[in-house]
Amino acid sequence: MDRFSVFSARLVDKSENFTSGHRACQGCAEALAVRLVMKALGRDTIVAMSTGCMEIISSPLPLTSWKVPWIHNAFENSAAVISGCESGMKAMMRKGKLPAKKINFVGMGGDGATADIGMGALSGALERGHDMIYVCYDNEAYMNTGIQRSSSTPFGASTTTSPAGKASMGQHTRKKNMAQIAVAHNIPYVATACSSFPFDLMEKVKRASETPGAAYVHILSVCPTGWRIQPHDAIKYGRLAVDACVFPLYEVVNGKYSLTYRPQRIIPVKEYLGGQGRFRHLTEKQVEQIQAFVDTDYQKIVKLSDEV
Amino acid sequence: MGKVRKGVEVSIAMADAVAQADVDVIAAYPITPQTHIVEHLADIVANGELDAEFVPVDSEHSAMSVCCGSAAVGARTFTSTSSQGLALMSEIFFISAAMRLPIVMALANRSLSSPLSIWNDHGDVMMVRDAGWIHVFVENGQESYDNVFCAFRMAEDPNVMLPVAVNLDGFILTHMIEPVEYEDDELIRQYLPEFKMKHALHPDKPVSMGCFGMPEIYTETQMHREDGVTNSYPHILKAWEEWGKLTGRYYHPIETYRADDAEYCIVTMGSYGETAMEVVDALREEGEKVGVVKIRLWRPFPFDEFRRAVLGKKSLIVIDRALSFGGPGGPVALELRSALYKKEGAPTIVNYIAGLAGRDVSRKDFRHIILEGKEKAASGDTEGFTLYGLRG
Repeated sequence: MDRFSVFSARLVDKSENFTSGHRACQGCAEALAVRLVMKALGRDTIVAMSTGCMEIISSPLPLTSWKVPWIHNAFENSAAVISGCESGMKAMMRKGKLPAKKINFVGMGGDGATADIGMGALSGALERGHDMIYVCYDNEAYMNTGIQRSSSTPFGASTTTSPAGKASMGQHTRKKNMAQIAVAHNIPYVATACSSFPFDLMEKVKRASETPGAAYVHILSVCPTGWRIQPHDAIKYGRLAVDACVFPLYEVVNGKYSLTYRPQRIIPVKEYLGGQGRFRHLTEKQVEQIQAFVDTDYQKIVKLSDEV
Repeated sequence: MGKVRKGVEVSIAMADAVAQADVDVIAAYPITPQTHIVEHLADIVANGELDAEFVPVDSEHSAMSVCCGSAAVGARTFTSTSSQGLALMSEIFFISAAMRLPIVMALANRSLSSPLSIWNDHGDVMMVRDAGWIHVFVENGQESYDNVFCAFRMAEDPNVMLPVAVNLDGFILTHMIEPVEYEDDELIRQYLPEFKMKHALHPDKPVSMGCFGMPEIYTETQMHREDGVTNSYPHILKAWEEWGKLTGRYYHPIETYRADDAEYCIVTMGSYGETAMEVVDALREEGEKVGVVKIRLWRPFPFDEFRRAVLGKKSLIVIDRALSFGGPGGPVALELRSALYKKEGAPTIVNYIAGLAGRDVSRKDFRHIILEGKEKAASGDTEGFTLYGLRG
């Protein structure tokens, strides 16, 4: 597939498969991520979605934002449900009960659905090697229920269940690295993406769709409501996360890492943290600690990427 | 496979039936005493005797989730579980019925932990009584085999579109070797043609499934579910009727044995019916006017048939296989008391809870229960329940 060398909206398919009129908050970069993913996948797609923000905003009975076949079943099982859809279709096509057709089977969930409650179901589906894609929209907390911490909430963030206080710095555990957990399943394609980098995101989703077997795409999805930023700053904070190397963009094809974006100037982490209400309680020392974590983690990815 | 009668383990017969039903997807997680059913299915698929996807999932929760996905695309889908497995998948068990997905399950009934026990009672199925599934109980190998086909026929009927559980007693039934008459593949194809789901997930005709309901609409969705289960009743009868016409083996929601002129009836569900019939034969020879009433269809509950079978009798001795802690008695007795409340000619109900976690209930025990139950009824001692065989 061609790499996009310019950012041009003209290159993007105009049709929408995740339509407007849904009920997301102002500035929701997760809804934008869903829209971009669905543009990249096209209509020959079946989506199974976990309970969460994107499910709630897009499917109030009897309305729907989905122009593709879509199923929501429960919070922790979209990976299992989509693996069932894939198995059913595969069997019926093989037996001649359905005409053969290339269909994208896509499971979707937030970071809570993916890294916490749905971890077992996702691991099982990846391990079984279904021809499917799983997309995690990571907004770094349980935003739908009111900004509670998940295992994907970053170190130092204040949430409603990891609040900063006199005796607490907020979230005191490191963010779970789902992409690397996916890599550990020896699946052929894993990628990280961010809706502030739409072309990179769509290209990765397309590549996931073209990969036979299981693929995993982890998308950082800025949540102005939960991150305590202005809605019009959502895209900016996505770029800052990537430029500060807090969230590196890379893909892992058959176990081989490659960074798909290297910031021309790596910005200090405090430029990313500053301005976000969830980090405003952090001391200089704590910010330095986060900078050290980020430096170490990013160097690991650079090293893996340079090994190719 | 042609028509043949053979001695076979009931689990194997059931797996063979699933294969004859040309199932597309089987998703299951191992749990005793369901294992022989899915092990044999894995063999059948591995040997190329059934073209299906066997999905060896990571948990029962995922088993039912895979079944939901597979049934949602219109694939014929089978699973099997027991006890803790059912408890773990119970969240999705409820959702599958609400989404009207025609999954068929062999539910090898087993007690719930704690203490951990792998043996048989009805604690597991009673936990999901209100999920909106159709529940059928079988009592021997032939009924287990037959009802796999009947269950798919019921589930996939466009007027029904509900999941169906075929309940069979763990070990007592799953691990027995019995003579079972297998039907010819051609007959099965005639009875159970290829499933064509009207609103399956497919890119050619997109639908959204599993949307969320605000208070303005939730009540209506529940009424719709209630109607769905209640209105499935005549179609369940039709599925059994047509099976009977083809094979000569007829099934009914309520079945009776020597009950027409009986003053007392023992009420059972599942494999206990077989023992009860033998004991009733013996008691009849002694002049006791006793019969058996067997509940085959648990949901939708066959109120009219049940009342027809028992109104006018003096008393019913109801054997439950589960306990409702702090409640008024076993779940079956509770339901029957409610079904007969203020009905003219209603028999009194004496409730025994017996055979928990596979504790053997022999013919001697049945005899004791019936005779003691009769005395209790005569003396008006019909409140609550008796936990039969309690030691110490």
